[in-house]
Amino acid sequence: MSGDPIYTEMIIEYSRNPSNYGKIDEPHIHRHDSNPLCGDSIDLYLNVDDKKITDVKFDGKGCAICMACSSVLTEMIKGKDLDDVKKFEKDELLSELGLEHLIKTSPVRIKCALLSLKALKYGIYSYFAEKMNDVESAGNLKDEAANLY
Amino acid sequence: MQATSETFESLRNDFPVLERKVRDGKKLVYLDNAATTQKPIQVIDAISDYYKNNNSNIHRAVHALAEESTEAFEQTRDKVAEFLNTKDSQEIIFVKGTTEAINLVANAWGRDNVKEGDIIVTTEYEHHSNIVPWQLLTQDKKAQLKYIDIDDNGELMIDQLDEYLSTGKVKLVAFSHVSNVLGTITPAKEIISKCKNAGVKTLIDGAQAVPHMKVDLTELDCDFYAFSAHKMLGPTGVGVLWAKKEILEKMIPYQGGGDMIREVHKYETTWNDLPYKFEAGTPNIADVIGFKTAIEYLQKIGMENIRNHELELTKYALEQMEKVPGITLYGTKEPKKRGGVVSFNFNDVHPHDVGTIIDKDGVAIRSGHHCAQVLMEKLNVAATNRASFYIYTTKEEIDTLIIALQNVAKVFKL
Repeated sequence: MSGDPIYTEMIIEYSRNPSNYGKIDEPHIHRHDSNPLCGDSIDLYLNVDDKKITDVKFDGKGCAICMACSSVLTEMIKGKDLDDVKKFEKDELLSELGLEHLIKTSPVRIKCALLSLKALKYGIYSYFAEKMNDVESAGNLKDEAANLY
Repeated sequence: MQATSETFESLRNDFPVLERKVRDGKKLVYLDNAATTQKPIQVIDAISDYYKNNNSNIHRAVHALAEESTEAFEQTRDKVAEFLNTKDSQEIIFVKGTTEAINLVANAWGRDNVKEGDIIVTTEYEHHSNIVPWQLLTQDKKAQLKYIDIDDNGELMIDQLDEYLSTGKVKLVAFSHVSNVLGTITPAKEIISKCKNAGVKTLIDGAQAVPHMKVDLTELDCDFYAFSAHKMLGPTGVGVLWAKKEILEKMIPYQGGGDMIREVHKYETTWNDLPYKFEAGTPNIADVIGFKTAIEYLQKIGMENIRNHELELTKYALEQMEKVPGITLYGTKEPKKRGGVVSFNFNDVHPHDVGTIIDKDGVAIRSGHHCAQVLMEKLNVAATNRASFYIYTTKEEIDTLIIALQNVAKVFKL
């Protein structure tokens, strides 16, 4: 194998033992999303208390990249304030796993890597719009989610 | 033509892309032929010659180029009719692919022949192109869509068809001739004969059959048959709908526009003759012309030789892959009952990961749901890997696939 590595130790490990894998009953935020191309399919669940993400879980079926990125994303946003999370950029997630190169090298696999982030942005978009009446943040999040990849 | 494995091996020289190196100098091993096949130089030349020498719109102008182009275009129609053993080339309608052919039937035939409470039957192993058009039609008409399930061998449970037919409400049974995921060859004649006894129409998605085996439409005697050129050495953007003339004559047009009319007045129009009634607008002239060369190429090899070559490869692939620890193979174990398609999963590694890792070794397979999510649900998997063969595939390439799988095991520490 050559080129930039995808299947690093960390990615394999996360795909075997994903973090925060499971379901939250009656979550404050729930978003399902899938990639029509490959069939990756995940559900993201969040609980929020006074704008702070108190709990986050995900479940579903996906490839190693999708599982690893979803795991790391949930680790990164747990306990964070929604105002910080709404600014979360894709590079932050990708660089955590050394996958920035996918943006250039694999337009197909980047969709696997960013599926959970897309679900997150859409999920909190609805929350900002419906629960917090923050139309501006909601609008931005919706645009970002739609144009993520 | 005497077809030995050397004969097939020598055909590779006709395919420029097979010379290619991919991913840092790896020899291309192209095993994604069920998605689309590569094109021989003869087909590529036919298309480029047409643009260099004849390019013109067809069926209208009287100048030399137009007449030549029209003749070449219509020769392909005759060639398709001959290839499928149908008596009348007016029954051959050019569309952009199998998907459009099925949508044409769902719209133009479905509109007048399906009503509330009627039943359309399809199967669990259909491509989305033979499911979604029927969902749209049955939802629109308040009709019902029913499925013939598959058994553990990946074969249709034909008894279910008898139940559906006994209701007297079935209007059409639509099924693929060969499954694009499992490779299962459908017992088409048995289904057609049951349907004929019940006075029910049949539509066959032949996208995975016509490229790989002799298809004789006179012998089959179904009502509609659809397939695509690009899966049989031809260009993309060309497909065929064949249907019985008496049915086509009663059908309303699918699309309105140029070429499909006889006379247009302010508030009414009369239709052109078959097949032009269903070919609105300027067709894909160059690619239809290139398609004739593709059919001639296949005829020269002989469809029975092609079938035997693929049977040999499939037998070999199933034997070799069964020996690989951690492989799950889908579909019937009897090579004779399947086309040159092998779907598999490797341990619990997601097919997308398998596809990416073996791509580094130049091996091109398809990973995903293969536009058959109903089947994926049935198999209870998110996706599968699929290796599919064609005339230029060699046993060595299947070996390369198996060696590449060892890298997957290494990466995932299996």
